[in-house]
Amino acid sequence: MRRLPVSLLVGGTLLLVFVACALVPGWFAPYNPDAFNYTALLARPSGAHLFGTDQFGRDILSRTIWAAAVDLQIAIFAVIFPLLIGSVIGLFVGWYEGWLDIVFGRLVDLVVTFPFLVIVIAIVAILGPGLVNMYIAIATVGWVFYARLMRGEVLVQKHADYVAAARGLGYSTPRILFRHILPNAIRPVLVYSVTDMALEILLGSSLGYLGLGAQPPTAEWGVLIADGKNFFTQAPWTSLFPGIAIVLAGLAFSLTGDGLASLFELRR
Amino acid sequence: MNELLRVEQLGVVFHAARGRVYAVDGVDLAIAPGEVLGLVGESGSGKSVTLRAIARLLHEEAHITGRVLWQGRDLLTLPARALEQVRGAGIGTIFQEPMAALNPVLSIGLQIDESLRAHTGLDAAGRRARARELLDLVGIADAASRLRQYPHEFSGGMRQRAMIAIALAANPKLLLADEPTTALDVTIQDQILRLLLRLVSELSMAMLLVTHDLGVVASTCDRVAVMYAGRLCETGPTAQVLHAPRHAYTDALLRALPGEGAARARLQPIPGMPPRIDHPSPGCPFAPRCTHAEPRCDRERPAMQDVAPGRASACFAQDRLGVAA
Amino acid sequence: MSRGTWLVGRLLQIIPTLLLIGVVVFVLVHLLPGDIVTSMLGDHATKQAVANLRRSLGLDRTLAEQFVLFVRNALRGSFGDSLAHGIPVARLIAQRLPVTAMLTAMAVVIAVVLAVPLAFVAALRAERAPDIAIRVAFQVGLSSPIFYVGLVLLSVFAAWLRWFPVGGYGSGFLDHIYHLILPAFALALSLSAILMRNLRAAILGVIRAEYVDFARAKGIAARLVLFRHVLRNALIATVTLLGLSIGSLLGGAVVTETVFAVPGVGRLMVDSIFARDYPVIEALTLILAVVVSITFLATDILQMVLDPRIGR
Ligand SMILES: Nc1ncnc2c1ncn2[C@@H]1O[C@H](COP(=O)(O)OP(=O)(O)O)[C@@H](O)[C@H]1O
Ligand code: SF4
Ligand SMILES: [Mg+2]
Repeated sequence: MRRLPVSLLVGGTLLLVFVACALVPGWFAPYNPDAFNYTALLARPSGAHLFGTDQFGRDILSRTIWAAAVDLQIAIFAVIFPLLIGSVIGLFVGWYEGWLDIVFGRLVDLVVTFPFLVIVIAIVAILGPGLVNMYIAIATVGWVFYARLMRGEVLVQKHADYVAAARGLGYSTPRILFRHILPNAIRPVLVYSVTDMALEILLGSSLGYLGLGAQPPTAEWGVLIADGKNFFTQAPWTSLFPGIAIVLAGLAFSLTGDGLASLFELRR
Repeated sequence: MNELLRVEQLGVVFHAARGRVYAVDGVDLAIAPGEVLGLVGESGSGKSVTLRAIARLLHEEAHITGRVLWQGRDLLTLPARALEQVRGAGIGTIFQEPMAALNPVLSIGLQIDESLRAHTGLDAAGRRARARELLDLVGIADAASRLRQYPHEFSGGMRQRAMIAIALAANPKLLLADEPTTALDVTIQDQILRLLLRLVSELSMAMLLVTHDLGVVASTCDRVAVMYAGRLCETGPTAQVLHAPRHAYTDALLRALPGEGAARARLQPIPGMPPRIDHPSPGCPFAPRCTHAEPRCDRERPAMQDVAPGRASACFAQDRLGVAA
Repeated sequence: MSRGTWLVGRLLQIIPTLLLIGVVVFVLVHLLPGDIVTSMLGDHATKQAVANLRRSLGLDRTLAEQFVLFVRNALRGSFGDSLAHGIPVARLIAQRLPVTAMLTAMAVVIAVVLAVPLAFVAALRAERAPDIAIRVAFQVGLSSPIFYVGLVLLSVFAAWLRWFPVGGYGSGFLDHIYHLILPAFALALSLSAILMRNLRAAILGVIRAEYVDFARAKGIAARLVLFRHVLRNALIATVTLLGLSIGSLLGGAVVTETVFAVPGVGRLMVDSIFARDYPVIEALTLILAVVVSITFLATDILQMVLDPRIGR
């Protein structure tokens, strides 16, 4: 039994905390996140309001906890579509190579010349702000990175003995690809997707902050920070704590990703 | 004896993540000026570690004990600056893999120049002339243009020649050569070996030649030291050791050779498990595979004893060998 | 193959890339949005106004004709007028681009100056306290979104300590630098984390290389071994990474400039989105992609200079 990497332990624990907040925010949040309280406007952190309150007297701690659900949703949906699309395309590109691979290579070269955030912003600009359009924008570009990773794995796996055996048995190509190669090639892709979730949370909250992602009144960490930024000098807690939540969530995913990578001894 | 280098009770323990590795244990060696000493043993017996320990080239996980006396000074405790002056100028080193040992992004000329700059007072023009001379010396033609080239532009044999030129740049008195021909094509091995021997005698250098080829030892070395599991088995003049071994391991090695007078006499595997150097035995490490072993071989460690003038062996069966044959 | 041929080949590669960038931007703006004209003029525009705008944008022609027109205009640097600012897009961008260039350049300098020594310390003290502390700090840096880092820097160093201005660009070269220090730091943080992680790994890979041991065996000074043999070789890989990071730097500049009210192209991009200023969005997307591909080209050439194995 190999020892669990420290990064996996720390990251996984943090992640559990966030998942719990996302699933049952009501258990953890002391207040209704949307309840106004005109007797405590911009109240500094205290026993009653651990993270203080905003300009409407809403409890920052409760809002930060409730926002976890939105940001974890971003982590999942911003990753799952590129993951699915990219893995399937990568399977085929790696399997057939030839002209498909050449076209794919050009496509990768092309995609990496567009700054990711800029192209995502440009697409969101055209489709209109909002989370769904943000997912579409991310998937439009993001699948390429998963496809590249999957392609590389397939190039290695396709020369393995079990593939020759499956061919010898006369299995169809789709069956070999999806039943035999995919399970063997998917691990690095999945590990990368965990790290990618960290990046997507940063991206999603940045777009939320810019007003291009989640739209108010949805409580999303980036949106909360944008809400609070006008009061940042007099009431820094309004933005400070949601920001710490982003940093911790980013750490949770990237440490978990790092930990899984070293657990499975993947080269990075 | 007039000694250039004297190694006393050299020990190297690696503190690795998985535990300790006793790579070298209690090795004594002496090399006289102009002498070629062969260090043989099967792969993993600690030859390279011994050689690197002498020039203090091991990394921090290596814990070294004993003394390495060079002109009366212990290299193991020498301050870094003084050590730098011995390396290169007193003791030259060449490694097994010329491709790995040459820096891929620096020209051969610069890699020679570094040594000259560190150890000679020559000016730029003088160093350039000397660099050309060195390439000529090791048999690389067209020196002027070769100096501007990079390692990947050289063939395997040429790289090894270049490495030798770099090591010789500052006229060392001793050359440490770690399997200098193993990585090369068979056809080139002899050329390089002959080159080394010629240089050793022309420049009156001494050489510590690590090899696992007994044929090479027989044809090149004045004296030989046999290693097993990090310990020295026996030392002595080459002809004597190879004709009348006084250690059961040397004896087994010689018996395993394909035939008398074979030109290439790579060490053959000896039946049985290779030794565990992570858990060294309290007795003789060769005992589990030794056909001459007696009960105390498992418990007691045979000490190095002089068995004849200039010969020493660490084997309880030192006087029984050859009798049965 | 000679290095000259390699270089020419690499230079020629940029032509199809640029053309493809053009296609993507063209497709993005001309096909995806449904009808730009309605979104530009609003739903209540007269038929006449719509027709006029369509004609002036060339939308009444075939797609192929439109593409040729688009390429020709792009080559001439003519992207029409900004809907929001009423001046030519090219002039607008020309005013803003130097600001962003300066910001990114400063960020690169800061990132390198932070990353190189720290990577060295971390690698030479690998798995010990300084290494672990540095790695944890950089993990945190990597997980901190730029806008948040920017806000924290602003409130501490500008609003509270008053060492730096709260935003803007100032006037005069030194004043520009002064105004851009905080934004450049915010932008540099994650790049520097990535560089340092990469360089640390590269140093650890090189420091045990046989050629480093051979250099030590030659008896040259430890300082030379470290700089000429270890750092130089480790930096080759890192230079590539730095070049490849230009895209995320420019993306980061969009956010940074918004937070610090820096009048660069990033800020312009965000403003144009809210103003539905499509000609500006189109031109900026194109120009930023071109900047990235030229940077990639420069990186490859620099790498060829540093690594004699390439192109031979
Ligand atoms: N840095 C190291 N850490 C741990 N073990 C090492 C290290 N270097 C060498 N060893 C071990 O020391 C032993 C002797 O190695 P070496 O001297 O290279 O043998 P050889 O006689 O083939 O040259 C081997 O078992 C090797 O695995
Ligand atoms: S000491 Fe004993 S076990 Fe070791 S080599 Fe001699 S006879 Fe064999
Ligand atoms: Mg060896």
